[in-house]
Amino acid sequence: MAHAHEVKRYSGLMDWLTTVDHKKIGILYLIAGGFFFLIGGLEAILIRIQLWKPLNNFVNPDTYNQLLTMHGTTMIFLAAMPVIFALMNAIVPLQIGARDVAFPFVNALGFWTFFFGGVLLNISWFAGGAPDAGWTSYVPLASSTFSEGEGVDYYVIGLQIAGIGTLVGGINFLVTIINMRAPGMSFMRMPMFTWSAFITSALILFAFPALTVGLVALMFDRIFSGNFFNPSGGGNAVLWEHIFWIFGHPEVYILILPAFGIISEIVSTFSRKRLFGYSSMVFATVLIGFLGFMVWAHHMFTAGLGPVANALFSIATMLIAVPTGIKIFNWLFTLWGGSIRFTTANLFAVGFIPTFVMGGVTGVMLAAAPADYQYQDTYFVVAHFHYVIVGGLVLGLFAGLHYWWPKMFGRMLSEKLGKWTFWTFYIGFHMTFLIQHFLGLLGMPRRTWTYLNGLGFNEMNLVSTVGAFLMGIGTLLFLLNIIVTFGKPKTAGNDPWEDGRTLEWSIPSPAPEYNFAQTPLVRGYDALWKEKTDGNNGMTPAEPLGPIHMPSPSILPFFMALGLFIAGFGFMYRNWIAVAVGMATVFLCMILRSVKDDNGFHIEPDELHDKGVKA
Amino acid sequence: MSAHSHIDGELPHEPERATLEGRNKVLGFWLFLGGETVLFGTLFSVYLSLRGQVLDGPPAYELFKLWTVALATFLLLTSSLTSVFAVQALHRNNVKSLINWLIVTVFLGLCFLGLEIYEFIEYVKEGHKFTTSAFSTSFYTLVGFHGAHVAFGIIWISMLIAQVKRKGLTVVTAPKVYVASMYWHFIDVVWVFIFTVVYLMGKVG
Amino acid sequence: MMKRWHVLKRLLPLMAGVVLLLSACGRADLSTLNPQGAVAQEQFNLMKLSFIIMLLVVIVVFAIAIYVLVRFRRRPGDNKIPVQVEGNHKLEIIWTVIPLILLVILGVPTIQSVFALSQDYSKDPKAVVVNVTSHQYWWEFEYPGLGVKTAQELVVPIGTKIAVEAKSADVLHSFWIPALAGKIDTNPGGNVNRMYFETPAKEGIFLGKCAELCGPSHSLMDFKVKVVDQASFDNWVAAMKAPAVLPEDPAIAQKFQSQCLSCHAVGDMGGPAFPNLTGIGDRETVGGILVNTENPKYQNEGSTYDNLYRWIKDPQAVKPGNQMPKIDLTEQELAGISKYLAEYKLNYESETLANNDATDDSQESKE
Repeated sequence: MAHAHEVKRYSGLMDWLTTVDHKKIGILYLIAGGFFFLIGGLEAILIRIQLWKPLNNFVNPDTYNQLLTMHGTTMIFLAAMPVIFALMNAIVPLQIGARDVAFPFVNALGFWTFFFGGVLLNISWFAGGAPDAGWTSYVPLASSTFSEGEGVDYYVIGLQIAGIGTLVGGINFLVTIINMRAPGMSFMRMPMFTWSAFITSALILFAFPALTVGLVALMFDRIFSGNFFNPSGGGNAVLWEHIFWIFGHPEVYILILPAFGIISEIVSTFSRKRLFGYSSMVFATVLIGFLGFMVWAHHMFTAGLGPVANALFSIATMLIAVPTGIKIFNWLFTLWGGSIRFTTANLFAVGFIPTFVMGGVTGVMLAAAPADYQYQDTYFVVAHFHYVIVGGLVLGLFAGLHYWWPKMFGRMLSEKLGKWTFWTFYIGFHMTFLIQHFLGLLGMPRRTWTYLNGLGFNEMNLVSTVGAFLMGIGTLLFLLNIIVTFGKPKTAGNDPWEDGRTLEWSIPSPAPEYNFAQTPLVRGYDALWKEKTDGNNGMTPAEPLGPIHMPSPSILPFFMALGLFIAGFGFMYRNWIAVAVGMATVFLCMILRSVKDDNGFHIEPDELHDKGVKA
Repeated sequence: MSAHSHIDGELPHEPERATLEGRNKVLGFWLFLGGETVLFGTLFSVYLSLRGQVLDGPPAYELFKLWTVALATFLLLTSSLTSVFAVQALHRNNVKSLINWLIVTVFLGLCFLGLEIYEFIEYVKEGHKFTTSAFSTSFYTLVGFHGAHVAFGIIWISMLIAQVKRKGLTVVTAPKVYVASMYWHFIDVVWVFIFTVVYLMGKVG
Repeated sequence: MMKRWHVLKRLLPLMAGVVLLLSACGRADLSTLNPQGAVAQEQFNLMKLSFIIMLLVVIVVFAIAIYVLVRFRRRPGDNKIPVQVEGNHKLEIIWTVIPLILLVILGVPTIQSVFALSQDYSKDPKAVVVNVTSHQYWWEFEYPGLGVKTAQELVVPIGTKIAVEAKSADVLHSFWIPALAGKIDTNPGGNVNRMYFETPAKEGIFLGKCAELCGPSHSLMDFKVKVVDQASFDNWVAAMKAPAVLPEDPAIAQKFQSQCLSCHAVGDMGGPAFPNLTGIGDRETVGGILVNTENPKYQNEGSTYDNLYRWIKDPQAVKPGNQMPKIDLTEQELAGISKYLAEYKLNYESETLANNDATDDSQESKE
């Protein structure tokens, strides 16, 4: 019976194109997200070169606007979110003791749609100009009247395709976490990273559809001459701001919550202490996610919403400081009394805490609407959100990557290079962005192509540019570390940091295809730590050894995403044949998927390579 | 764990939830509908904020013909009921009745869609084009999104009819039918809101 | 010793920040930290209050962080397992309640200020009402009560409330005078936004900027606010309403009328759609970004004549994407029109302001 359906298994490139294994999809997310991170970083460096001195003409203003738009869009949608998804894919199923995610096929589909959406967006550079209306793409500047080229079309269509990938990925994780937990893994025993992945996925589910509507409306305006945002047709430009930020503010929490989760895991592991105030951490995460939907108009204090709206959104925004503060102090008190080991991962984690606090407090300053009339659209805001997103999220991601690298690849990253990475990146980061607060306060607006000499901006901009180069060096050191590490043998054990607390450290590194030879029985929070302190050697299995059912690989997700990609091009250039071909590919794949039953295959007990298996 | 164990045996009481795959599918689809709710919620908000911007086009109270809309509502509500009968047939493991009720559902959906297309053609004739005003753009986008959902549902359920005919009712096909009927109820609920917010409120003022 | 460094490093940004804040408040005509009017002052006060509260938070967090990282670092050979603490309700209540109290301290003045700054002074007889319309990439200022319209330089009397009604003729822009007022977005489609600000009791010239990305020349869309005494202001209004003076040379005058006045206006002549040129010779800049001064510190300066010449000769080279085309003029006509415009002054300013080159640092040193 088990071998009744022989499933073709691929190797090499085809393996990667057809994989539905969440660990491999995680690696794909990491490669693609890392690649886009380098592109976005290069764009940032070009921006900083343009600004290093007054009246510079390194790039022209049109190119500059394209750079700033693509830097923001790439970093948020194509770099940060995919790397978050990389870690979620690689780790969350392991942390809850699951053999797989709920929808392996959909998971692969999520990756490929994100990937093709990102590729489409970046093709704009070679097709007559990238989008140039900012990552917020405010209308009317982003309308076909004022942005005549195809740039913004690439933005609306690329992000729609990438957005589908994110949405289905989010649903996959929600169902995985709700339905696939190992016996005993109750919600209140879930590791913090899993909790944050859960809340982030929920935010994705409720925020991305709003963006989709906004993008569709903008696309209809641009391609079919609709009137959503066209003032002469009765449309409303401020409406776009509302739609964008109803999505855009939760997006900030979609980005930062996983970083919170990562930091919680690392701080706890490397201080050898249980996370302080676990239940209040969970509560704070949920509350932040909830409040994240109530504060979007603080991006619009100067848009003319009136004093009542401004006052309400000021107060709502300030309230977010409370659950965030709870998290900060919980981390500090996790460290308190611990036995702190400064690995690279932990350096990034403890570097994160004060940096993120600085980003958080400027957030509260920005929440005071009348003061925001000054800060809005200046470098103060640029500094604030880079403190949150780079000083928060990116440090968190670096921490997470160093921490879970052995679990993903079976090899330990070099600690020496890692520490170099940390210090160059960390110092470079503060050099780049601390000073930008003051640039903003002294009167420099954001998205500025150049500035006059003699306004007092020169020195600070120069410092900021030097800092950006340091961050670039830090990133290159990380790449070097990866390359060096791949030359080494796979020697990492189950628990390479020796203080692992959660389930992923109970299985080999890298995790085998089936994750757990036997589903573990979870007997408490920090499941593995509990077994360790009880003197057990590893987890107690919750089931006898038996054949393990695995889903079959499939090329369909790749072709579905390719179909969307082709249809996207068709829409852009009004080529209805391409639209028809693309959409037909998508529907054909859906029909094939539905009609052909996926019975998967089985791995028999004698095929398991896991030495720790108990009969 | 595995879908296999049940395939050859008796169909369990609630076949759509008999396997983990089935339970995942149903839960995932509930969540998907949550996302769809935000999607339509945003479309409704956009429509509400722009519906006063009629410009030179015909205003809503002149445009809308309540009899077509009422008929469309009747058709779609009835189709929701027939899809309930289909799921009941599924729970009774009565393949023939299941297929018949699904065919009726699809037929009613097609009638609804035909009526909507007819309605749109009439509106365009009266000068209510997609590009006329912010009102018309947001109207066609909202109602059109719903119409596209109906069209997708018709194709989907038709494919399922063919599948159930060929493969019979199993723990693999049952969740598919169940989820499709959830989808059909959802677009029905959305239509109730469209009927109220777009048509009735449009008629009144 | 690596870790000591680490600790110091943590303090550096904070110290650097405080030092910077205390030492450099920026130009008095540009910086939000050096407010020159009551509205900017109120905003600055709120900024200071929030900064102090937040500094307090940062200091507490940094102090705990440094203490913890130094005190509890793992020494070589140390292999003890710390006590596994689940939490501490008392502590957790403390760090929930204290931030709430701090937020109340910040929230109350915030709300008061939001409502205070939203006052509508457009009906106040003592206030000057200005309709601000933003264009790609210039600013139009209309004084509905006075029947005057100008561009690029907002001339206003000292010690007065200015009620701004802002809208856009094309894309979103944002009207920002850092030293006086904060900012308000200008929206298209008849969606008018209001704000007000108060001019200081002494004369001065203040820099204004567009703060919302509006196209390639967004960063070049500067304007000036000229605060003059009441007599100068009255003179200015009268001079703006006086009949236009055309170039003396009839050939230049003819060319100016046919080529320039189809779009621009001077006095009672010409079209209203593009920047009003009446008294352009008095302005501090040409096109908002070419500074009229001989003082070579902006790297973008020249005499009024040179700047006008440079602008008219190739407007796209100065401000990419602006609406002014290259006009077909002979060298002589170009020079004649530039000279005429450079000398088109209204002579309304008081002695002090006329001599006060907006480009020198005299204001900076006064603070």
